[in-house]
Amino acid sequence: MLIGFQGLLLFCAATDGLGFQSLGDYSENLIEIRDLKYSREPRPIFENLNLTIRRGEITAIMGPSGTGKTTLLRLITRQLIPQQGAIYVDGVDIATLTQAQLYTMRQRFGMLFQNGALLTDLSVFENVAFPLREHTALTNRLIRHIVLTKLHAVGLRGAADMMPSELSGGMARRVALARAMVMDPDILIYDEPFVGLDPISMGVIVRLVRRMNDALGITSIIVSHDVEEVATVADRSFLLSDGKVAASGRPEELRTANSELVRQFMHGMADGPVAFHYDAPGYAEQLLGRDTE
Amino acid sequence: MNRVFQDIYENAVEFARTFGAFQLFFLRLIRHSPGMFVGRFNVIVMQVYNAGALSLVIVMVCGFFVGAVLALQAYSNMARFNAEDWTGVAAAFALVKELGPVMTAILFAGRAGTALTSEIGLMKATDQLSAMEMMAVNPVKRVLVPRFLGGVIAMPLLAAVFSAIGMFGAHLVGVELFQVDVGSFWQQIQLTVRMQDVNEGIIKSVVFGIAASLIAVWEGYNTVPTAEGVGRATTRTVVITAITILVFDFMITAAMI
Ligand SMILES: Nc1ncnc2c1ncn2[C@@H]1O[C@H](COP(=O)(O)OP(=O)(O)OP(=O)(O)O)[C@@H](O)[C@H]1O
Ligand SMILES: [Mg+2]
Repeated sequence: MLIGFQGLLLFCAATDGLGFQSLGDYSENLIEIRDLKYSREPRPIFENLNLTIRRGEITAIMGPSGTGKTTLLRLITRQLIPQQGAIYVDGVDIATLTQAQLYTMRQRFGMLFQNGALLTDLSVFENVAFPLREHTALTNRLIRHIVLTKLHAVGLRGAADMMPSELSGGMARRVALARAMVMDPDILIYDEPFVGLDPISMGVIVRLVRRMNDALGITSIIVSHDVEEVATVADRSFLLSDGKVAASGRPEELRTANSELVRQFMHGMADGPVAFHYDAPGYAEQLLGRDTE
Repeated sequence: MNRVFQDIYENAVEFARTFGAFQLFFLRLIRHSPGMFVGRFNVIVMQVYNAGALSLVIVMVCGFFVGAVLALQAYSNMARFNAEDWTGVAAAFALVKELGPVMTAILFAGRAGTALTSEIGLMKATDQLSAMEMMAVNPVKRVLVPRFLGGVIAMPLLAAVFSAIGMFGAHLVGVELFQVDVGSFWQQIQLTVRMQDVNEGIIKSVVFGIAASLIAVWEGYNTVPTAEGVGRATTRTVVITAITILVFDFMITAAMI
């Protein structure tokens, strides 16, 4: 009896695994977020967030600082677990994945962290080679070839032997970009890729992002404040505010949108529905030192 | 009064929760350990080298002086009973059974333990652990387990070095300085120190090695990911390790009598 039950469990687990590997429904929507709720102790960060990311597109996620853009990326990749709601990647609810399945899924992702997150004890070359060494049995020659190609794409082939501590912020970010693409992922996630880049590298990187998307059919998610750059590169943008999607659409649609909030953000005005200030007691009151308790 | 009980209750719950998480963490490390020995032995060797080489010099210097001072004390006190020949024995017992493992563990925590904690804490603060997660590499397996095992292996070796150098220091003081007869100095040791005494030292150093490495790795992994958090975590590593070691020392000694 017990054995039978255990067998059934195992069977379910096995078929679930297979379903995840092979079924993958090829609908338009690669990532779907449904009724997501996530809060970090005192305040809620997302409430009933709904968002869809389409296959093969470049999706931009914008929003004021501190709205939870980075948090959203961590939720999508299950580095964080939402309190409510579900996130589907290729139709699979990622909350149901086992550790092994999660790691299989993550191999399809490439992620560029906000500050690069290079491994400090490895050289630039080894940093980019790291995923290859961990997940493939390629020969050293081949690894060398791939890594140098990727480094060349971000213009840092000459820095291959440097250590991360010797790089500038912008260089570290570009190395991290090379590392994010080294496994040829299906989905590339960029957290603030344009911050700290000079105009020349910025142009190169923007074109690189665009080209990878068009030539390799990669789906990209870009978090950025940079309205101008996003407009040139993104197919679709979401503007997050107050834990919800405040507006979405093609960049030109957002640009001309009527909503106060969108206008404020797109044109960088201090006054409007989005408070420039984080929640605080009254300014005058606090300065005059009256106790606000 | 109610407030006090409430506080005590909350602290107790918090402690129980942390301690439970700590044990689970230990089990996770243990679970991944055998695979490490088979698949990535060179990574462990590297970490043994890291942890061991970091502490080796201070362990040797401290071992020498602890051995020397033991011999000083033993000689001056034994001389009152005309038992100078026993100087070496007193030093040997103290070194092998107590001070070797205990001092080494505390030095290890101060040198290698803090280095481990801050290294792991910084990796966490700079998102390196998250980046590994995203590259489908388990940071517990890739970063924590080798460092833990490196510490566990290095500790008994360091304790042995400590005791050996300590005996050399004792010899210098006892034989060269106070002119205790070399033959009786070493023969008394050979006659009185039994294998079971050495075993006690070995058991202690293994247990302390596990405790010190585990605490260092745990504190690093649970660092509040800021510069301040890393600083605080390294301090905690030293304090908690020192207390744990002394408590364990008492318990093991009591159990082995
Ligand atoms: N470790 C944490 N503990 C508590 N609160 C946090 C933590 N990390 C982030 N937060 C909170 O979550 C909110 C969202 O943070 P997040 O980093 O996602 O913002 P963001 O939109 O990426 O901002 P930015 O554009 O500045 O990078 C912030 O208000 C922040 O206060
Ligand atoms: Mg962010």
